Amino acid sequence: MNNIEDRIEAQMTLDKEFVALQLEHVNIYYGPNLAVADVTMQIHKNKITSFIGPSGCGKTTVLRSLNRMNDLIPGARVEGSVLYNGENLYSHQVDPVQVRRNIGMVFQKPNPFPKSIYDNIAYGPRLLGVTKKSVLDEIVERSLRGAALWDEVKNDLKKSGLALSGGQQQRLCIARTIAIEPDIILMDEPCSALDPISTQRIEELMRELQSKYTIIIVTHNMSQAQRVSDYCAFYSIRKDETEVGKEKRWGTLVEFDSTEKMFTSPASVETRDYIAGRFG
Amino acid sequence: MMEDKRKTYSYVLPKREEYEQKLAARHRIGEIASRFFFAANAFALLVLFLLALNVSNSAFGLVVYTYAVEPDSLSDRPLYELSEPELVNLLVEKVPNRLRVVMRDTLSQVENRLFTTAPLREVLRGRTFDPEIADLTVNDLTPEQIALLLSDNLSQTELAAVIERQIIQPNVTRSWQLFDSLLNREQIERDVAERFPNGDLAWRSWISWDFVVSSVSSNPTFAGLRTALLGTFWVLLVTVITALPIGVGAAIYLEEYANDSWINRTIQTNIRNLAGVPSIIYGMLGLAVFVRVFEEFTSGRFLGITDTNGRTVMSAGLTLALVILPVIIVNAQEALKAVPSSLREASYGMGATKWQTVSRVVMPNAIGGIMTGLILSMSRAIGETAPLIVVGASTFIGIDPNGIFSKFTVVPIQIYQWTGRPELEFKNAAAGAILVLLITLLLMNSIAIYIRQRASVRL
Repeated sequence: MNNIEDRIEAQMTLDKEFVALQLEHVNIYYGPNLAVADVTMQIHKNKITSFIGPSGCGKTTVLRSLNRMNDLIPGARVEGSVLYNGENLYSHQVDPVQVRRNIGMVFQKPNPFPKSIYDNIAYGPRLLGVTKKSVLDEIVERSLRGAALWDEVKNDLKKSGLALSGGQQQRLCIARTIAIEPDIILMDEPCSALDPISTQRIEELMRELQSKYTIIIVTHNMSQAQRVSDYCAFYSIRKDETEVGKEKRWGTLVEFDSTEKMFTSPASVETRDYIAGRFG
Repeated sequence: MMEDKRKTYSYVLPKREEYEQKLAARHRIGEIASRFFFAANAFALLVLFLLALNVSNSAFGLVVYTYAVEPDSLSDRPLYELSEPELVNLLVEKVPNRLRVVMRDTLSQVENRLFTTAPLREVLRGRTFDPEIADLTVNDLTPEQIALLLSDNLSQTELAAVIERQIIQPNVTRSWQLFDSLLNREQIERDVAERFPNGDLAWRSWISWDFVVSSVSSNPTFAGLRTALLGTFWVLLVTVITALPIGVGAAIYLEEYANDSWINRTIQTNIRNLAGVPSIIYGMLGLAVFVRVFEEFTSGRFLGITDTNGRTVMSAGLTLALVILPVIIVNAQEALKAVPSSLREASYGMGATKWQTVSRVVMPNAIGGIMTGLILSMSRAIGETAPLIVVGASTFIGIDPNGIFSKFTVVPIQIYQWTGRPELEFKNAAAGAILVLLITLLLMNSIAIYIRQRASVRL
């Protein structure tokens, strides 16, 4: 363990300019139960960071804590700090609405609004008070182009977003997210409901978006993590069985390094076993 | 883990033959259950059919008309085929002494007691008349002049209707029910020939457009539903305007804002209980609160209206609003619950505030369900009788309600009143009113279904 902390320490000393988010000793609770313990890591700007790990290890919980989506769950509580531009996202002055505007999110299941494609994209800018048609038109086109969906839907922007295929819907959701130009995009298993071809398109898209956005992706798919991400964080489950009948489980960060390193020579045996498919 | 594997279990699953035997029994039970469910539906349909039959039995049938003046003695052609001059002639020749009454009932703009003494400029204000007669009174006019006034101001059909109603005065003296009319026609014809030698036997549908648009009358032949329908309209208007925003607001609070505290859970449970409280209890509440305590407001006295007490459309509407509020709240909550939480998350994830999420994502997706609930609760309100009797709906009023501070009656109360009258023909009128009410309900429920389907297509 010492070894890992040393590595993290070393990475923390990297130039702050390259750090988009800095998590320090983050504990997340659901009510009285500890869900994720002591996560310290940093997310690099304009890189793709993947979170991997077995089910229930808290990777989605950590992801959702990065734009305060966990606030929506009654009883959820975060300790420690998540620094964004030097400010703790969980300090009292910070408005979660503003956080989510800067740190967007794409969900596991494509969830376009039951509105037209146009209105789906225009939703975010309209929230921010953009009402001018010409500006919205431009935003819609640019966002759809950015999400590589423009050519497929440019002739029926009035069509319902739900009329699109699953992969198109997910790209619509990405387009909707980049319409308000966030700094960071959180993706919670964005391809788990999609076929391989749609998955491939989303992965290509992530690579294109990387120049403008910092992306964090939770995935169950090892090869996807290997293919798309620059950095990789492995989470795992810890158990406390000392009290009989009251087994406690929580997730924790086991190892965080460049994807290449994680997949070729991970420091932890647990990481190596997981990546090799020996458990989880 | 290892212990589990070594554990031995004592039970064995049924053998194949045994299992197949039981399979047939399992299917049989399913079959019986499905037949029972079908029978339940068939029973419901049968009851509905009997209800429709029962109402129709009273709403249609043979009647005998008798007349104050025989129509044949006035003209040899049907009244409505005569030209206007012919009708005027007829009035002057046959019934010169009834013309003033006809004029009073059709043209007069003043109260009845002033009719004979006021100058014609007052009596006929706004009507077409010769200025020369402006200073005269009705008593100075000759029958010819009155007939001329009538023909100047009324169309041919109106004039014919006036003659029919005021002079011929057809009156349903006896009515038969639908089945009786169909099955014992000859018997009825013999009876009529014997007992009403001057009467006309005819089919009559007690529900007709005339029935819907005529005002109440002490004569069942002409009695109509207009007053009650207008009353129902005004009461429902007040009900919807108050219950909708309050109900939807409460639902939004409970679904979207309220946290899971015991206070909110108590509120929630009580709203569901309130939906089951007998409506007459709400009537008593309405009487105590709206009619008595807030009389200043519900009577419209605060606006300078003086001729009413608290028993107005306003009180009734507010009382019915209380009756349907729990239903609206519960329905709206269900509609809000049905909006997928993934849409809320998507909205929050874009940096929307709570209100932006509620107003731009949740509400548009719940509006179909909310409207459906509203219409269904309105169709409950439209049939409510008990609370309105307590609040003081007038059982018999001759004046149409014309606003929220009017005295009023509503359709179910009109039905109740008609069924209690000694004249048998009012029972037929009541059946007609029941049909009107049922058709209205059916229409409203169809609209609800239509809205629900459109909403589900959109999602």
